[in-house]
Amino acid sequence: MGATDPTLSGLTIAEASRRLREGSMKAVDLTQSCINRIEAVDAQLNAVICKTFDRALDQAKKIDASPATTRAPLAGIPYLTKDIFCEEGVPSTAASNVLRGGLHGKDYIPPFDSTTTRKLKEAGAISLGHSNTDEFVMGSSTESSCYGTSKNPWDTTRVPGGSSGGSAAAVAADESIFATGTDTGGSIRQPAALTGTTGLKVTYGRVSRYGVIAMTSSLDTIGPICKTAEDCAIVLEAIAGRDPLDATTPDVAVPSYSGLLEGSMKGMKIGLPREYMADGLHPEVEAAVKAAVKAYEDMGATIVDVSLPHTKYGVATYYVLCPCEVSSNLARFDGVRYGSTSSPHVSQEQSLVEYYERVRSGGFGAEVKRRIMIGTHALSAGYYEAYYRQAQKIRTLVLKDFTEAFQKVDLLLTPTTPNPAFTIGSKTSDPVTMYMEDVCTIPASLAGVPALSLPCGFSKDGLPIGLQIIGPAFEEAKVLMAGHQYQKITDWHTKKPTL
Amino acid sequence: MQLTADHVRHIAKLARLTLTEEEIIRFTKDLGGIFTLIERLSEVDTSSVAATAQVTGLVNVSRADEIRNGGASPDALLATSPLPIREHQIETPSAHGSH
Repeated sequence: MGATDPTLSGLTIAEASRRLREGSMKAVDLTQSCINRIEAVDAQLNAVICKTFDRALDQAKKIDASPATTRAPLAGIPYLTKDIFCEEGVPSTAASNVLRGGLHGKDYIPPFDSTTTRKLKEAGAISLGHSNTDEFVMGSSTESSCYGTSKNPWDTTRVPGGSSGGSAAAVAADESIFATGTDTGGSIRQPAALTGTTGLKVTYGRVSRYGVIAMTSSLDTIGPICKTAEDCAIVLEAIAGRDPLDATTPDVAVPSYSGLLEGSMKGMKIGLPREYMADGLHPEVEAAVKAAVKAYEDMGATIVDVSLPHTKYGVATYYVLCPCEVSSNLARFDGVRYGSTSSPHVSQEQSLVEYYERVRSGGFGAEVKRRIMIGTHALSAGYYEAYYRQAQKIRTLVLKDFTEAFQKVDLLLTPTTPNPAFTIGSKTSDPVTMYMEDVCTIPASLAGVPALSLPCGFSKDGLPIGLQIIGPAFEEAKVLMAGHQYQKITDWHTKKPTL
Repeated sequence: MQLTADHVRHIAKLARLTLTEEEIIRFTKDLGGIFTLIERLSEVDTSSVAATAQVTGLVNVSRADEIRNGGASPDALLATSPLPIREHQIETPSAHGSH
């Protein structure tokens, strides 16, 4: 047997799956190609923070021993798991020192799988390890990770976005065929846009969140980051659906998303929300999105001007709801039921409250502390109505904007981010500037509707630009079809960074 | 509202965080900026708007009252605690202060 073909890790799921099923490629070779790529380029990217290569190769051998023709589409496909999913027997740390053992202790190792991890395992997908994220998924750059920031493969002085920045950087750099992510206010779409990958934020409730460490329970969603819309459809098919272990998953049928990609844009109405093409949009982003709109028009879609008047309140609403739910969800990280074994040892004179404070103060980073404190204050007596309740009411108005827009149009097109990738360190001193990164992605999160980000061009500096396609609740099939049709007539998604 | 260092100390205490003096200075400034951002929500008239807590349309999700085995055994779940385990329980420091 010769050396592993180095180009294999650059394949899409669709192509790799075809080769595996026709028997012209072995899962072991595909897996080894990804491992070799990680070993070759990850020192530049810091996208992969936990490697389970031996386990991956063992699993690949088992797939190769099974009959090729009866395999599921994901059987033998290597992927990376965002470090917020619990994976049995694998350190799962939310990129936080509260769960990471570091030099002297042991990482938190969950004794169970998240539902998504379990479903992917059952489908035969092979986890290569864990990808970097902002600490407890709080951030838009991966700079808050306790493992250090990931780098953008298109320019390693820039961020890959976040919080699923490790997943996006890894897929862009062909370190894995796809990766899992989570999206609460833009954490799949924004890094997908900044790295030239294709990422899907699903309808709230479409994919079970069991075993995924919670940040903002009323908004958190699970989704894939891939090289194409078609691949997103293949992954979604495997992970979507009701789960008795997550009471927020409605019993809505899971269609064959990958079988519904060949629709036509003819007769479809696409809305352009004027609030998204406003001041502050980078001129090259504006030009790329306008060119994409023209492409849809050429495919036969009718473009309609629409308004989502509460868009300007999106970020402020999010930064009440999110920190409030964070302050509640992160109360469980007190060093009792889980934590790294390097958590401070109990001394005789220590009380329980002192122990909590030592574990939390030493374990949480600055952004997590900020959000816990914003939420603690906003939920405290006398402030609840003015902040949390008011934000929940404005959420109703944002949702109404979308409901009314979708009475007139099938889909909405917007930029995913106002700017291409920013320089590492340029937004860390002012949290509000960082929060504004998600101005185009937060409203769809508040409305709970699905949205896809896919590449639609490059800036003159060679940085990817993302287009966002937003659809009505549970209409992922329509969103993915529109993305796939665009990728059939463009080649932005096939461009690769030089590393 | 204008947040002061004393507010931040109080909030940190409620959140079970101990902050250094440097953190108090930094977070007083940061939280001030963030509350300035979110206070613009007060300009929206929501007197006739209902609150949205979630968007699934689900109400009162229930299941049969049967004991089911979860994915992990009780001992495996206890084993993730950094604290000592005695008689299948986690031994924490005293809740009533120092010994």
